Amino acid sequence: MAEFLLSPPLLLMLGSVVLAATPRNVLPRTVLRALLLALPIYSLWRFWGLEFGDYAQFELFGQTLTLVRIDPLSRIFVVIFHLAALIGTIYSFYVRDNFQPLVGVFYAGSALGVVLAGDLWSLFLFWEVAAVSSALLVWVRRSGRAAGAGLRYLGMQMVSGVLLLAGIVLLRHEVGGAPGWAEFRNLTDFLEDGGLGFSNLAATLIFLAFGLKAAFPLLHSWLIDAYPESTPAGAVFLSAFTTKFAIYALARAFPGQSELIWIGALMTAFPIFFAVIENDLRRVLAYSMTNQLGFMVVGIGIGTELAINGAVAHAFADILFKGLLFMAMGAVLYRVGHVNGSDLGGLYKSMPITTGLCIIGAASISAFPLFSAFATKSLIMSAAVYKEYFWLWLVLLFASAGVFHHAGIKIPFFAFFHHDSGIRCKEAPRSMIVAMVLAAAASMAIGLFPLAGMWFGTANPFYELLPYPVHYEVYTTTHVITQSQLLFFSALAFATLMRTGLYPPELRSVNLDADWLYRRVGLRIWDGVATAFTATHRTGYAVAGRLAAVALETAQRHLGPQGFLGRSWLTASMALWVAVLLAAYLVVFYWRLG
Amino acid sequence: MAQHDHGKHGGRSYWLDKKANVAKVFYALILIDVLWLAADFLYKKKAEFDAWGGWADGGFGFYPVYGFVGAFLLVLAAKQMRRVLMRSEDYYERRRGGGSST
Repeated sequence: MAEFLLSPPLLLMLGSVVLAATPRNVLPRTVLRALLLALPIYSLWRFWGLEFGDYAQFELFGQTLTLVRIDPLSRIFVVIFHLAALIGTIYSFYVRDNFQPLVGVFYAGSALGVVLAGDLWSLFLFWEVAAVSSALLVWVRRSGRAAGAGLRYLGMQMVSGVLLLAGIVLLRHEVGGAPGWAEFRNLTDFLEDGGLGFSNLAATLIFLAFGLKAAFPLLHSWLIDAYPESTPAGAVFLSAFTTKFAIYALARAFPGQSELIWIGALMTAFPIFFAVIENDLRRVLAYSMTNQLGFMVVGIGIGTELAINGAVAHAFADILFKGLLFMAMGAVLYRVGHVNGSDLGGLYKSMPITTGLCIIGAASISAFPLFSAFATKSLIMSAAVYKEYFWLWLVLLFASAGVFHHAGIKIPFFAFFHHDSGIRCKEAPRSMIVAMVLAAAASMAIGLFPLAGMWFGTANPFYELLPYPVHYEVYTTTHVITQSQLLFFSALAFATLMRTGLYPPELRSVNLDADWLYRRVGLRIWDGVATAFTATHRTGYAVAGRLAAVALETAQRHLGPQGFLGRSWLTASMALWVAVLLAAYLVVFYWRLG
Repeated sequence: MAQHDHGKHGGRSYWLDKKANVAKVFYALILIDVLWLAADFLYKKKAEFDAWGGWADGGFGFYPVYGFVGAFLLVLAAKQMRRVLMRSEDYYERRRGGGSST
């Protein structure tokens, strides 16, 4: 029993439910907060003591469900999800209400359930719990926009769930119910061994279910739509889990699937154009997240040990630096009330610490030497080079210059520098700063470990967490120089565009994206269908009414007081007619008899 | 919540408030870029790709040119995208073009 209750997913989920249900007078706020922080710490400590293998198994309807399967791929995600839960919880203490950290820790528990699931049924279960609990984090903003965005978000998450369920059921049908068919494993290999292959419908449905949560192109707009509508803390929790466990699921089930290479390449490239013209700086971060997920998807598609290591390492680093950037913008949102690039500027005077921490996040996402993405994205880039994907490499290089442009420069520049907007506010609350410092320190540590290893021969605890052994030198002369050249000349392009006035000004606006298809076109079609239905209904009603009126009029004419059938007739004529009827009856009777 | 104050911040004036200093930052960036470009003379790169005569990842100045041109064109292209994609802030709040929010 303890194995179940103390497994990371259930410990966090049940723990947060118990804490939420305990009355306030029994559990003062500070104690509740201490316990909330203790949950992920204790859970990680317990997890660390476990060997690779299967835990928390039980039989249900003839299926063996495995809630906890620890292997090198799941382990690293378990570690980062605990860290993200801890950092997000600390961050969210800026409000007195504990709803956000409670839901956040619960959501983290469901995400841990996804990455630890040993079979497809357990995966599906946590997949859905994560969908619902994360929607609460959008709604918690309690604005009209957040209500709509949360509903659309939940709808898309449910589509992913339905695709996954349909895929699992079809898979059972395709491969038969042999024991172990529902193991969560490399599905490409499994189906090929069964002579079915990736083009099999079951595989396609599961692939799309994962792809929707990993923000594949055209399936990505729920992320852009919903995350920026959440609260400062809500967005920090949201940015950490759903997309990353989708990356994990793709790495588990479809490593080396070549379709992923070009899907990922598209994901790295197209969002940066949108990010340049987007005004809401947290929405810029959402685009930037799609772009970073693209690098991970490419890595999974290449599928070599180096590439998978790169994808997983980059997911780990992204949770920290994207979390840090969301936290910095969340601090601005909290202090100023909005994060519109058009109306901000000069905030470094009021929020110097947040500015500094935001710049560390910006340097990390841009893959500057010494910062985290330099030590993670390089693995993916090199894997592309080793496999001689020239055009892919060019796209990734362009996307790297672009990410520096919109996330590395645009975010800190328009929020904290640019022209002085005249906004004067307080520095971020202490809980926000503590959380940001933790994320910044971790981001720098990831970037510095390889350098320390090179100079002092120290071990790299981060690379040791990766699923495959790392034989890769990050800090080579070529690498440091070429990356710096790329980034500094990208910065020069930005500065030149700003000074020449060619840079498009930040404008209060929205830009159409794929969600336009269902928020506008879909709505218009729905309106059209509704109008047609109303018109049909109205016409039908009118016709039926007219027919009824005619019938009534006819009846009235014949049956009314003046009508032929309504008159009072003489008894004699009645008797005559009865006699005629009887005579006719007799004639017919004898005729039939004859 | 934030206050608006277009004067000096608590009586302090900041180094970046002067336009001349912003220009200094720009020139410093140009200097840094020249130095990074010059770094290509200091070591020998090994080209992994044969494409473009090995210039792509082995030749002089590829990364600076690619970074500058890529970022420059990215912004100009995105600027043009606005013509097609940009709508007013309350675009999705206005249904059926009636101007009333739902």
